[in-house]
Amino acid sequence: MPGSDQHAHLDYLLRLADTSLILGHRLSEWSGRAPTLEEDIALSNIALDLIGQARPLYARAASLEGKGRSEDDLAFLRDPEEYLNLQIVERPNKDFAATMARQLAYSTFAELAWQQLKGSQDPDIAGVAAKAEKECAYHVRHSAEWVIRLGDGTEESHARMQAGLDDVWMYTGEMFEVDDVDTAMIAAGIGFDAAALKPQWARAMAEVIGEATLRLPGERWMSTGGRRGIHTEHLGHLLAQMQALPRAHPGASW
Amino acid sequence: MTEPKPDKKPEPMWPLYEVFLRPRNGLAHKHVGSLHAADDEMALQNARDVYTRRGEATSIWVVPSKAIVASAPDQREALIEPSSPENKPYRHPTFYDIPDEVGHM
Repeated sequence: MPGSDQHAHLDYLLRLADTSLILGHRLSEWSGRAPTLEEDIALSNIALDLIGQARPLYARAASLEGKGRSEDDLAFLRDPEEYLNLQIVERPNKDFAATMARQLAYSTFAELAWQQLKGSQDPDIAGVAAKAEKECAYHVRHSAEWVIRLGDGTEESHARMQAGLDDVWMYTGEMFEVDDVDTAMIAAGIGFDAAALKPQWARAMAEVIGEATLRLPGERWMSTGGRRGIHTEHLGHLLAQMQALPRAHPGASW
Repeated sequence: MTEPKPDKKPEPMWPLYEVFLRPRNGLAHKHVGSLHAADDEMALQNARDVYTRRGEATSIWVVPSKAIVASAPDQREALIEPSSPENKPYRHPTFYDIPDEVGHM
């Protein structure tokens, strides 16, 4: 049924775009506040990479939807329950260690995911994936170096790094879920099988966590629902800030 | 307050590194600035993030600033002055007429 497939396709694009945009916005909150000038620029670079990944996906979603909405409308004029990002990326920054734990967990997954999506039948997704794969490879490297240094650092940095990992772990399960939207997109050659990536992700995480002398968080209850519009209390606050200007001044431009 | 592990005494401040970039193959690495980093590997990453945001480099060097031996300004008379154009004009090849056929040298 082409109608339901197009609906799934639209959701799929928004899931990818929202996840990149929300994490990009989260990281931009470090601008001017990072521990050092060098790290400030590094985090802003990563934020810009992620927002850059989101934009062509929103443009594609807007044209697929065909209701005259623009990429800006999709980013700035939707409410929290219309957002379809993974919950992990809306988690607050907390301290630098928590931010690095979140980044390592997500970027390790994202690099594998974009690798798969390079072969997508949707040329826009494939195009973003080719660029995003390389960007995410660097994000993995950057966050892994920090997790290793903080984990294998002082007592204080070790404790904070462990707390950051323990804290983010219950939001990692959602990354590997395959629901009816995924199934339809896999069948159409557009999407990828996230569940199949889990062993590779788990190995990569275990390697870094081991080198960092940290403890791998054990099996636990996993939070889910972000990709169906169910979010933690943090997304609303994030969107309130991110969307304040376009909502207060509709159509404003530079 | 937590005590640091005895073998991992944190530096009061990260050491300083000098950054050199090579814009293209065939050109030499050129000094572009400095930065602080926790260690060598992070210095390379920071250099990438701070100095190559617009594709300025095909290759990056980072060198601990303390490894650089620099001439002192007060040694200028002995080190620099004697070879200045005023003192050794014949070392500057400005006296030769270059035939037009040579083109750009």
